[in-house]
Amino acid sequence: MAGPIAVPAARKIAADQCRTPLGDRLFVVGGKVALLVLLSIAVLMPLLAIFWRGFSAEDGQGGGLVAARELVTSANFHWLLGNSLKVSFSVAAIVVPVAYLFAYALQRTLIPGKTVWRGISLLPLLAPSMLPGIALVYLFGNQGVLRGLFAENIYGFWGIVLGEAIYTFPHALMILLSALSLADARLFDAASSMGAGPWRAFRSITWPATRQAVFAAFCLVFTLTITDFGVPVVVGGDYQVLALEAYKAVVGQQQFGRGALIGMVLLLPALFSFAVDAWLRRRHGDAMSGRAQVFQPVPARLRDSGYLAFVLLVCAVLLLVFGMAVYSSLVKFWPYNLSLSLNHYQFDETAGGGWLAYRNSLTMAVGTALIGSAVIFTGAYLMEKTSGQRGLNLMLRMLSFVPMAVPGLVLGLGYVFFFNLTRNPLHVFYGSMALLVVCTIAHYLTTAQMTATTALRQLDGEFEAAALSLKAPLYRHFMRVTVPICLPALLDIIRYLFVSAMTTVSAAIFLYSPDTILAAVAVLNMDDAGNVGGAAAMSTLILLTSAAVSLLLAGASRGLLRRSQAWRQTAPGQ
Amino acid sequence: MNNAIANPGAHMKVRGIHKRFGAFTALNDVSLDVAAGELVCLLGPSGCGKTTLLRCIAGLERQDRGELYIGERDISTLPPQARDYGILFQSYALFPNLTVEANIAYGLSGSGRDEVRQRVGQMLELVGLTGSEKKYPGQLSGGQQQRVALARALAPAPSLLLLDEPMSALDARVREHLCTELRQLQRQLGITTLMVTHNQDEAMLMADRIAVMNNGQVEQYATPQEIYDKPATPFVAEFVGQGNWLPFQRSSDSHAQVGAMNMRLAPGAGQAASGRLFCRPEAISVNPPVHEENLFPARVREITFLGNRCRMSFELNELPGHALLAEVAPESMPRLGSQDIWVALPPRSLQVFA
Repeated sequence: MAGPIAVPAARKIAADQCRTPLGDRLFVVGGKVALLVLLSIAVLMPLLAIFWRGFSAEDGQGGGLVAARELVTSANFHWLLGNSLKVSFSVAAIVVPVAYLFAYALQRTLIPGKTVWRGISLLPLLAPSMLPGIALVYLFGNQGVLRGLFAENIYGFWGIVLGEAIYTFPHALMILLSALSLADARLFDAASSMGAGPWRAFRSITWPATRQAVFAAFCLVFTLTITDFGVPVVVGGDYQVLALEAYKAVVGQQQFGRGALIGMVLLLPALFSFAVDAWLRRRHGDAMSGRAQVFQPVPARLRDSGYLAFVLLVCAVLLLVFGMAVYSSLVKFWPYNLSLSLNHYQFDETAGGGWLAYRNSLTMAVGTALIGSAVIFTGAYLMEKTSGQRGLNLMLRMLSFVPMAVPGLVLGLGYVFFFNLTRNPLHVFYGSMALLVVCTIAHYLTTAQMTATTALRQLDGEFEAAALSLKAPLYRHFMRVTVPICLPALLDIIRYLFVSAMTTVSAAIFLYSPDTILAAVAVLNMDDAGNVGGAAAMSTLILLTSAAVSLLLAGASRGLLRRSQAWRQTAPGQ
Repeated sequence: MNNAIANPGAHMKVRGIHKRFGAFTALNDVSLDVAAGELVCLLGPSGCGKTTLLRCIAGLERQDRGELYIGERDISTLPPQARDYGILFQSYALFPNLTVEANIAYGLSGSGRDEVRQRVGQMLELVGLTGSEKKYPGQLSGGQQQRVALARALAPAPSLLLLDEPMSALDARVREHLCTELRQLQRQLGITTLMVTHNQDEAMLMADRIAVMNNGQVEQYATPQEIYDKPATPFVAEFVGQGNWLPFQRSSDSHAQVGAMNMRLAPGAGQAASGRLFCRPEAISVNPPVHEENLFPARVREITFLGNRCRMSFELNELPGHALLAEVAPESMPRLGSQDIWVALPPRSLQVFA
């Protein structure tokens, strides 16, 4: 064998010794510190700014303790709060049972066409929350096609409830789908061997395993509804809610203090449900053992046809609403001239932002998706796979969980208060595209990070140790091994961030400038100006863009999986 | 032998390593010397600190106190990349998205392309997997994966090889074969090797010396034969192989009182005035054809057939209720005849523990 080979390899080590650890130090410690600074600026400071604003009694701002007492004792606040609570409870009470049955049908029965129903059910995620509202106006409004179905008109309580129900449905559904996807067949076998019927098996096996998810879904729907103003602004009419009031206080009246106080009130349900959920999770632990056998539903004609009818009904409602929005955007002059045209898509001729807004939204969504996924995935990697800097890891972990408990509306308010300070050197970013991107990443950080963490935890814990023993720098290992293996999860994060950025209004509404107006904001503005057709057209455009990008990325992911099939199928250590 | 495949082995020194995890002391003042080219096994039950010690040497954990040397080089505080060792993990940690070739070449960056290819070929030949260059780890059997991981660890010609429970992911049937193979390879390369295992058969089969660990300390560090024949502590006696324990009181320098029996001890069996006597099952002779010392009547309780030998459980008539084990060859079974037998406990097989 060739003799001298070993010698250069051995000599090389000496040269490498000084270089590699320095690069890795920069990657690991530098990365974590940079992330900490980013999270502080993008999450922590804006939140603190809300409390500071809310409790500082500057003239004409409507903040401070006196103003706070006045606010919470005023009849108007009680009315708003009552409305918000009534709407949110109603929506949650309607959506959660429907979503549970829908999820049950998809996971535990043998109805045909599951992929299609699933796709349809996720439609509301792809459009801003105003879209269901707009469709409701065309369906049940004063000139709606189904006007006769409602005794009163749609504007008000029922309009908001219906719109929010459609908007929040897929959010609840996703939680319940994942809860119902886990089932241990052995438990059902044991139950039926002891003579338990389906109802008894449901009560003693399925329900205990999913009730925590039901609670989580209830809380999520409640929080989404109480902090959303997209639906109330379109179909609320005279029925006012808190979220809308906060929006009007800040954007309309420049009463930052009052906005901050209402923002704090809106933060409460989210914080409460977050705390209870975390507590339940710790008590609950991991219910599925590694040896569980996957549950396979058996055919049952009566059950399956019942569930199919239900699923069809839900999908029909969703298709009706979304079809109506798309149709109305194509109608020339509702309801007098029903011929089809693309007139509403001539955005340049109407106020509200037009094509600039759409282009801005694309830029923002692409920026959010690419920068966000890179930062979030790298951050999750550093937190998961490097053992040093324990204190830093803990702080990062806590900070990255905060956005989950903060509604977009509240985060947006925080950004206004923090970045709109003239004394803040970061003030220059106020109204810029960069800040919109940062805010959107921060808003959707937790979910994306949880996806990344889950994917990373499936990797062999010794990969990094093996790489280090081979004297390979960690950043090179990250690029060469970790990223390729986790690419499907990474694409998932990119898709999630892109779609979220396309559809979000809650935080962005406070942060845009005339140059950086976004499509979803333009929907709101056009609707406000009475151009409902234009609003419908812009919503449709957002819907189509989100859907197209989602399909594209799903296709890319599938192609990727096929190409890497050689090693992915049987890969050890994951 | 061709020494070019590996670095000339370096000796390794572990000096006074302490490591705590919170209130738990994982390593308590551990010192160990491994000679160049030697294969040393760290053997012990789970939680004894053997894996922690390996991870300290690898730089994956930082010891609270103590020093580590490879050759004359102090590596105590160096990062893993600068320590110059190869490691084979229990899971092998092969990178699933890289081919066998790329896995082995992973630690060879900075060398020329041809050099790398030549080295990879050399390593594959060494582990007997020539021709598998383009395969992915998932397409190989467990044993083949282990060999690729070994080739990857050895490719950069490290001065020390660390093996972390290398056999535990394998079928029991291929385990012994692979142990022998790994041992041969290690001898052939002359690479200093430290292996962690909880399996005494593996340790016996492979090690030049075994360090038996318990509660974060090395209880005994000696050759396999010494460990078996002359366990230094009751823990070692109990953990390695099987044994019988008899409570005793010293009656004289050369005798111990066990129940109503007076047993003769060999000189140097131990000084304790009272405690337990230790005796390996195979050292006990059953119904010896000629008279032996320490011969006592006993009664058979149960005989288990184990193929090449039989395990007999019995109790001494003078020590009822105290089950003891002896091993007998199957061909001597007929000689046993009845339930009542004689057993001899040779003095040199009796060891005294306080």
